[in-house]
Amino acid sequence: MPENTDAAILDGVPPTTQDGTALPQDTRDKARSLWTDAWYDLRRNPVFYISSLVILFLVFISIWPGAIAHTDPLQCDLINSQNGPSGGHWFGFDQQGCDVYSRTVHGARNSVEVGLLSTVGVALLGSVLGGLAGYFGGWLDAILSRVSDIFFGIPILLGGVVFLSAFKGGSVSIVSTFIILLGWPQLARIARGAVITAKEQDYVLAAKALGAGHGRLLLRHIAPNALAPVIVWSTIALGTFISLEATLSFLGVGLKPPAVSWGIDISSASEQIRNAPHMLLFPAGALSITVLAFILLGDAVRDALDPKLR
Amino acid sequence: MTVIDDVSNVPAPDAALAPLLEVRDLHVEFHTRDGIAKAVNGVNYSVSAGETLAVLGESGSGKSVSAQAVMGILDMPPARIPKGEIFFQGRDMLKMSGEERRKIRGRKIAMIFQDALSSLNPVLSVGYQLGEMYRVHQGLSRKAAKAKSIELMDRVRIPAARERVNDYPHQFSGGMRQRIMIAMALALEPELIIADEPTTALDVTVQAQVMELLAELQREYNMGLILITHDLGVVADVADKIAVMYAGRIVEDAPVHDIYARPAHPYTKGLLQSIPRLDQKGQELYAIKGLPPNLTRIPAGCAFNPRCPMAQDICRTDVPPLHPVGTARGSACHFWKETLGD
Repeated sequence: MPENTDAAILDGVPPTTQDGTALPQDTRDKARSLWTDAWYDLRRNPVFYISSLVILFLVFISIWPGAIAHTDPLQCDLINSQNGPSGGHWFGFDQQGCDVYSRTVHGARNSVEVGLLSTVGVALLGSVLGGLAGYFGGWLDAILSRVSDIFFGIPILLGGVVFLSAFKGGSVSIVSTFIILLGWPQLARIARGAVITAKEQDYVLAAKALGAGHGRLLLRHIAPNALAPVIVWSTIALGTFISLEATLSFLGVGLKPPAVSWGIDISSASEQIRNAPHMLLFPAGALSITVLAFILLGDAVRDALDPKLR
Repeated sequence: MTVIDDVSNVPAPDAALAPLLEVRDLHVEFHTRDGIAKAVNGVNYSVSAGETLAVLGESGSGKSVSAQAVMGILDMPPARIPKGEIFFQGRDMLKMSGEERRKIRGRKIAMIFQDALSSLNPVLSVGYQLGEMYRVHQGLSRKAAKAKSIELMDRVRIPAARERVNDYPHQFSGGMRQRIMIAMALALEPELIIADEPTTALDVTVQAQVMELLAELQREYNMGLILITHDLGVVADVADKIAVMYAGRIVEDAPVHDIYARPAHPYTKGLLQSIPRLDQKGQELYAIKGLPPNLTRIPAGCAFNPRCPMAQDICRTDVPPLHPVGTARGSACHFWKETLGD
């Protein structure tokens, strides 16, 4: 991994180029903010490239699954039931005689949708509530902290079985709503801590002394300095939420057939694992690779944004 | 001086004579787990336009806290102002609404902090932070604000201001960063600047340059300046008068030359004796014995009595008032005459 230049910046020494060929001296000496600096680090991290490639591919196939899967995942023929991989059907067929390859490709969309929706929702709700609690403190903080404590106490799977079984048709929006409801306190805690750290910095006091109001202090001076941990946690959480969706679908309370989901396929394949392991292998493998890609990306982003954690 | 309730931008008739800022009997306390810490216990001082007041004292003497109370940037719990008045241009700022006070900050009273690196936002460029002053307070466009920022950076003599306006704080040296802080404070041409140890984080040669710049700009704009410091050397050249603080009180208050020539309080005397001097080379440096008091348990009587070489019984029971010494000075010591005498 390339040597990091952040340490030099913290000491107040202007950054110097290590790789003069990649970037000419004058552009490296140009103004570098935390974000340009993080971007510079990311671009030199191979983990970032590998994980982003996987994620881009996933996003691509969830938008246009037809581009690489030419058969309909719901067009099934029981004659093919449990047939193993073959020339025309690389991943074989499942219990119902559906093409596993087509189902795995089409399953990406639901996973990515649930992951993105819940992460955006959790990030917005959590950082707004946590940020306000951290900034204003007092009774607002006390109430929000207790409410998030209550949510923390709910086991997510038990909560999922109870909450989601109340809804008949499991859809992406219902599953995402559930994940947002149970997921925001974690992020609120992180955002609260980051805002408390940032608001005690001298530059916030200085901005206040020069007449900045609450809105400007919070949005301009505190938020950009408290954003890094929120971004890092959200990236990692995206992977976790995708696996949570699969878990809930596996248990039969998340997405429900005829929806195509890796969780559903894993669930139906698990009964036949000894006769036809290929039915389990492909959707489970796709799930693992997806979650791994997001966690690796989160790690790379964290390395770039927080050199102290290295 | 009379109190004018609503001056609404029209300067009061006696504004020229009245001090710009007058702090009267200010008390500040902090509610902590160990009890109430009395950081400021009845401070009085005033500054007029064009005048420099140096507030001198060691850490914990209440000098920064009183300044933050004037700025209105104390965190209000845990801090509390149980008593006192702060008149600025004839109006008591402690009676104003939060919004009114915010409008004064930056526009009429500005503050310069000790550590310029931590007082500048690391994720925003210097030009943005300077321009913010104009955009927030005067509603200028981004472009106009940037032009003004470059002008300001020239004014505080930052070389190549046009090229450096988009640089970030960490790309400047300590002295340059402090110049940027001064530029930010000056941006809206305030009437009063409070500088809280502006040169402490700088090395000695840069200290002199920054102080010179500050004094020059003060003359140019005819501003009042409150210089908070623990460094007697910094004060001598620029201040008009000095208020020495100890345990939240002003113990001596005098024109600058009188204090250096003949201190009227044993604490001031101790401070002056503990400055290293060339003619005492090789001798042991004088130090005031003991430590500053714990603010939750300030000693009865004169707060300085446990450390004072001249302490008598009366010092342990009676708080000394600020005795007038001559015309324009005061000393809060029962034995000010003796102190002056020897």
